[in-house]
Amino acid sequence: MKRYSAFAIAREAFRQHKGWDRAWASPEPKKDYEVVIIGAGGHGLATAYYLGKNFGITNVAIIEKGWLGGGNTGRNTTIIRSNYLQDPSAAIYEKARSLYETLSQDLNYNIMFSPRGVLMLAQTEHEVRGYKRTAQANSLQGVTTEFIGPQQVKKICPIMNIDGPRYPVLGGLWQARGGTARHDAVAWGYARACSDMGMHILQKTEVTGVTQDGGTVTGVDTTRGHIGCKKLGIVVAGHSGVVADMAGFRLPIESVPLQALVSEPIKPCMDIVVMANTVHGYMSQSDKGEMVIGGGTDSFNGYHQRGSFHHLEETVRALIETFPMIARLKMLRHWGGIVDVTGDRSPILSKTPLGNCFINSGWGTGGFKAIPGSGWGFAELMAKGHSPLTAEFGLDRFREGRFIDESVAAGVAH
Amino acid sequence: MLTLNCPYCGQDKDETELGYGGQAHLKRFGPGSNDQDFEDYLFNRVNPKGVHFERWRCASGCGKWFHAARCTASMEVFGTYSAQTFEPPKHITDAITKKRPGWAWGAFS
Repeated sequence: MKRYSAFAIAREAFRQHKGWDRAWASPEPKKDYEVVIIGAGGHGLATAYYLGKNFGITNVAIIEKGWLGGGNTGRNTTIIRSNYLQDPSAAIYEKARSLYETLSQDLNYNIMFSPRGVLMLAQTEHEVRGYKRTAQANSLQGVTTEFIGPQQVKKICPIMNIDGPRYPVLGGLWQARGGTARHDAVAWGYARACSDMGMHILQKTEVTGVTQDGGTVTGVDTTRGHIGCKKLGIVVAGHSGVVADMAGFRLPIESVPLQALVSEPIKPCMDIVVMANTVHGYMSQSDKGEMVIGGGTDSFNGYHQRGSFHHLEETVRALIETFPMIARLKMLRHWGGIVDVTGDRSPILSKTPLGNCFINSGWGTGGFKAIPGSGWGFAELMAKGHSPLTAEFGLDRFREGRFIDESVAAGVAH
Repeated sequence: MLTLNCPYCGQDKDETELGYGGQAHLKRFGPGSNDQDFEDYLFNRVNPKGVHFERWRCASGCGKWFHAARCTASMEVFGTYSAQTFEPPKHITDAITKKRPGWAWGAFS
């Protein structure tokens, strides 16, 4: 792999940019690999990357039915934060956030991490109390957040109307080190680094079955033939239920569409991320100038990547009271991604009833921010059989009643 | 927008007028059952991409619970039927078979 650098740009400028390599290879699949990972989104690629980097396992294939990062990795609102209430969540999300800080250098690929700060608005008395509690919990967990008052909110984000009659801003939970990153670049950067370690990224290869022998997985049937493996990782987000069904077990997961939309580009007006959980909307401004708005999930199961229109209407209607200046913006695009939601709104990073099969799923509506931490912990789980980061996120927590209840702690958007 | 016909009051209701109740035809396990059955009943779901049977409530209409058969991939509705049953009635399964030959869902096909 040729390193990207200012020197490389200068060198290529002298030869009409003909020396750039493809960022990753598209090889023919081998018969067997040591580890097969289903799903080349952010989490799957990060898992493969840390398997190679931390544990020296490079005989790895990452199988993707569509194109790389074309699922939820390319459909989210790119928010990165770690201000969670429960200790296991704060640990894995903070690990991810801290890895994001140096990920561009680590991967030699600019993921455009922008620690612009994330503000979660408190618009009811309950939220004020809830976020004060979260701020206290975060200081015990070593996550830097603070509760700030309405005047400080106005100072950080001047375009906000804090006196709305229906949704007044009573304060906010401020995480100055949160922010955004370029979502596609996260997938591309990991893919380039994985390919460089000799791993195979197999795009347009759909898994159609999981082959087993006496309770252990022997490989997967794909549209490009059977691929054998010693260990299998299922990292397929919204389609976790479909792949688990192939492997013969059920999950405490239901898949629903989550929507987002962007406006036409406008001049810079907001240099932070604002989340408003009461009204169920969140907004930031992209480098292109588009206002990126995240909405709510459908209430019922669905695999259509659109979502119900009335959720957009509700989100935008509520946001324009808090941000009056966006009222006359035209919206450019709107889309949905299929998110895998668990009962306690926390992810599952776990062994499965099949001995050598592992699953990383259930990130629901908030997976992007966790990509590096999730990959780090899941790689350790797959390589060693246990990981301190993933220990609390096992499938058995449902049977044993050890929920990591972020549905209360995180409100709804998360 | 998803529109379902309530089999009790006979009215077409859109999704904003309905409440979603999750997977239908769950067998209830309570005290005395083993841990696996109890866990399956409480948490584990089929979550299919395709034919699905669900519970809905006519929340801003007659208030009754009913069942619906729907495709989660195409959003097509195959039909709605009474909640007073342990399995989908024949006219519903026939309607599904006509459009999705070879379908299977839990114990039904």
